[in-house]
Amino acid sequence: MTTNARTRTLIEESVLPPLVALVVALVAGDLLIMAYGQSPGVVWRTLLEGTWGNSYGFGQVLYKATTLTCTGLAVAVGLRAGLFNIGAEGQLAAGGFGAGLAGLLLPGGTPAVIAIPVCVFAAVAAGGAVGSVPGILRARFGAHEVIVTIMLNFIVLALLNYLVSAKLHVPETLHTPEIHAGAVPRLSAAFAAFHGSAANWTIVIVLLAAALLWWFLFRTRAGYELRAVGLQPAAAEYAGIRGGRVWFNALVTSGALAGLGGINFVLGYKHYYEDGFTGGAGFLGIAVALIGRNNPVGVVFAALFFATLSQGGLAINAMVPKQIVEVLQGIVIIAVAAAVPEVRRLLRQSVSKRKPA
Amino acid sequence: MTALLFLAQTVRIAIPYLFAAAGGAIAERAGVISLTLEGFMLGGAFGAVLGAHYTGSPWVGIITGIAAGLLLGSIHAVSSIRFKADQVVVGVAINLFAVGITRFFLQLAFESSSNSPRVAGFGSETSGGNAAAFLDNPLVWLGLAVMPVLAYVINKTRFGLRVRAVGEHPQAAASVGVPVNRVRYIAVIASGALAALGGVYLALDQHQFTDSMTAGRGFIALAAVIFGRWDPVRAGIACLLFAAAETLQIQLQAAQIIPSQFVAMIPYVLTIVAVAGVVGRSTPPTALGKTSE
Repeated sequence: MTTNARTRTLIEESVLPPLVALVVALVAGDLLIMAYGQSPGVVWRTLLEGTWGNSYGFGQVLYKATTLTCTGLAVAVGLRAGLFNIGAEGQLAAGGFGAGLAGLLLPGGTPAVIAIPVCVFAAVAAGGAVGSVPGILRARFGAHEVIVTIMLNFIVLALLNYLVSAKLHVPETLHTPEIHAGAVPRLSAAFAAFHGSAANWTIVIVLLAAALLWWFLFRTRAGYELRAVGLQPAAAEYAGIRGGRVWFNALVTSGALAGLGGINFVLGYKHYYEDGFTGGAGFLGIAVALIGRNNPVGVVFAALFFATLSQGGLAINAMVPKQIVEVLQGIVIIAVAAAVPEVRRLLRQSVSKRKPA
Repeated sequence: MTALLFLAQTVRIAIPYLFAAAGGAIAERAGVISLTLEGFMLGGAFGAVLGAHYTGSPWVGIITGIAAGLLLGSIHAVSSIRFKADQVVVGVAINLFAVGITRFFLQLAFESSSNSPRVAGFGSETSGGNAAAFLDNPLVWLGLAVMPVLAYVINKTRFGLRVRAVGEHPQAAASVGVPVNRVRYIAVIASGALAALGGVYLALDQHQFTDSMTAGRGFIALAAVIFGRWDPVRAGIACLLFAAAETLQIQLQAAQIIPSQFVAMIPYVLTIVAVAGVVGRSTPPTALGKTSE
């Protein structure tokens, strides 16, 4: 590949999606804000001030981005293997439940060096276990993972709802008692400026997971095999890679990463598992992976983008309904999904016109 | 009498599933993945309430509800067919969009974050009284007819043959002169209108719109399509089956025999079992999700 072509691919892959997302969000946002009779400039400024402009808002952005990074990585690793995991919502909930259960079972006063890893492992294992179901069904029976993961979301959420409401809840609530051990300290304990925000040290664990995933995907043999199966399953099979095993491993990894996200809420924020805490973060993971081009580094930045939108909605709620943000999220995803292949095609065409073969 | 009550309740619950599953069946048979049913239903429900609120007529509500479905269906069709966007991504996005836009306009039109005011609708105001009152609702009859009609259209008409052809082998269809994209456009936009009718029924039956009132029904309808192996009649039977399970759960709730959450899982478990092929495999249309070149 020539340097020129390499640069062009790089631009197409990493710059185009966020650019489209930003432009579309701005234009569509302007229209919605004006429909509500407000001035776009003022609303956008308030949104930025309420998110990146003060340390509380920024802490909230970091907190939300932490969960979204996990679900984004989960979707990304699946897509790298050519599989669409729509089940991050259920896996995230399962991870949170696993962490909460482990924290409840551990005796009070268990030192954090033991308790936190145990709870994190429980979250990862619970998410991975949910991911193994579409993994087995895909590898053994060829069942389509999109259908299985969608259906599994409802099954997992219903099961967790049953476990919490019938067995573990604090009366009058839908959450478990507080965990005895495994709490992750807030960032505000070290940096007073974050006071009041939910940001906590989970973010470091999650960034490590993103780095590890990058290393796995691009620097290990198994990661290479995973990407090969995703790009061209038949060719990978021909090269001696066992597709079924790769699919299974990818979906388990995917579930485990989504499950990891559960510790952010359970260990880092509330210190209990609460029914419905996921609030769509699993589905938004699809958008995060899409804008982040299934690259762990891109996913982190895309998670920050969506976290900013989501926290920004609260900041501007006095001027325009915060639901404007949900509308924007939907529009951005559709626009990126539709515009990126189109722009890429147009770029190709203009290049081939300049250099007739 | 209890049997009749059971049947009435089952039909009542099944109607939204039947409309949405009909939408899912036609889009998927044409080769376009239909994760959007939930969003279409929600849009239809909101559209119906808007129309009924401003005119006082549930009939106008039906029309505005369908219009909302056509609009959302067009977004799905244009991005999936014209722009060849990933249909799963678009599906998820349209569902998010539908939740957001209905909340936004709920705030804008009714200044509420939870529900609309009461609007004109069909049938009895309270479900407890007269079990047969829901039969006054024209949408019930339309809902019961939709699957047999769709089965006829798909299996017996020229258009149906084209839908099946573009869903199974678009290249072959194109080679004999079938306008592949046009057939898919019609199928997807029709699926928007059909699924929206499911939402219209819900809203006019409850006489109001409440936030996220479809509550996953679009996915149960999708489960019914898959469980029914993409065949309208079988999908219709699956809708009735899932609705009967729900009715049973409501009736047994007092007895506390099985926790309601486990009954709620039935459609999803059955669907997973069906796609895993343990008993009689469900195989999707061959070209499902693949954009034609």
